[in-house]
Amino acid sequence: MTGAFEYQLADSWEEAVELHRIWGEDGKILAGGQSLVPMLNLRLVQPAGLIDINPIGAVEPRVADDRLVLSALTRHQDLLRSPLVREHCPILAEGAAQIGNVRVRARGTVGGSMCHADPSGEIPCMVLALDGQLIAHSPRGQRVIDAERFLRSYLTTDLAEDELLTEIRLPIRKHGQGWAFLETVRRYSDFATVEVAATATLSSDAHTVTALRVVVGGVADRPLILSDELLSAAVGGTGRDDELRAVGAAAAATVSPESDVHASADYRRRLTEVLTYRALGKAIERGRAESKGAGV
Amino acid sequence: MTKTQVQLRVNGRTHELWVGTNRLLLDALHDDLGMADVRYGCGEGVCGTCTILLDGEPVSACLLFAVQVEGREITTLTGLPAADAESHPIQDCFLQAGAAQCGFCTPGMMLTALALVERTERPTREDIRYELVGNLCRCTGYTKIVDAVEEYACRRRGNGSHD
Repeated sequence: MTGAFEYQLADSWEEAVELHRIWGEDGKILAGGQSLVPMLNLRLVQPAGLIDINPIGAVEPRVADDRLVLSALTRHQDLLRSPLVREHCPILAEGAAQIGNVRVRARGTVGGSMCHADPSGEIPCMVLALDGQLIAHSPRGQRVIDAERFLRSYLTTDLAEDELLTEIRLPIRKHGQGWAFLETVRRYSDFATVEVAATATLSSDAHTVTALRVVVGGVADRPLILSDELLSAAVGGTGRDDELRAVGAAAAATVSPESDVHASADYRRRLTEVLTYRALGKAIERGRAESKGAGV
Repeated sequence: MTKTQVQLRVNGRTHELWVGTNRLLLDALHDDLGMADVRYGCGEGVCGTCTILLDGEPVSACLLFAVQVEGREITTLTGLPAADAESHPIQDCFLQAGAAQCGFCTPGMMLTALALVERTERPTREDIRYELVGNLCRCTGYTKIVDAVEEYACRRRGNGSHD
């Protein structure tokens, strides 16, 4: 059982922002509760006030200004079930299927995952790979935060004490863009040992790889974007096996993961190499298929 | 701590009870309402022994507070409609496959499997393993559980026994 707390219901984002201001650092926001409630049960966190934002409800995913707009309260399983998500940001459906177990996907939310900022969480890795933006509200107004800035370190975000994450905006997939999310886990449902989210853009004749974006999770205090330099062996190329292997090797040489009871640093580096190589291959293959498919 | 009155809709019946705001739904169901089929395992949403259906979706009762689920429909294993007044078909399948030993995990397994078969008419063995990964069994080694769910899906499709 958890410690005692005052339970507060928020029916709107405005109310949530106000309650969040009143409680300050003594309050915690309850979204899906799949990370927070275990911590409450273990008494690792003992807030005086718990602000339940579930009654606000999530508006359906929608597209506006070439961006997929997700309410922070969108649940992981909504990513799997939404045709709009599959069409415009299909990587989210691929990655969401690998989150937790079926009960976690039923309750857990995308906003909660971002704010929890676990360095091996699937949602942060994908949102960073898609170069998403986070919308935060506070009594001072609204702030738009790039994912790269938002994810600061282990369980730490750029949100100020009075700010609340309300929405996530993700650029929709462009013509000829492929995607892949791969992770290695000890069992389905575990946190990723290492995970890779990749997008690849192909030229209009589907021949040349014109752009890549690759994010690796589980190897540092936050998901890492591979630099242009690391990707240079494959950008401008044709997606040849040796080009992709070169990027995998460069990525592995860059990361400095820590060893823990589940995996040694060397094993994580090796996974970085292999998963980066495979994710690139899959993303390029899909980009090529998309490119050709649309040309018919 | 302040107690608050909640109305819980469980297995088609409405229960009124006074709970602390930090009362877990699991404790309200098991301790306050005496439902022995909803069980404490880990308290972290990992083991699946407290699985219930919330408006038809499997969720962990240990990760919800009782005050959060007013107006929602909660189903536990004992609330399943029995085909022959004795047992639900999924219980028959578990029994016939020998898919339970100590039985502690069995209610959660069955509810998770029911929700899967509701959504997926013809689940593969891999689909079943994927869906049941959040329900831990420390006795059976899972093979017979997967057999039982496969058999249940087969019966539900209405083509008799699994070939």
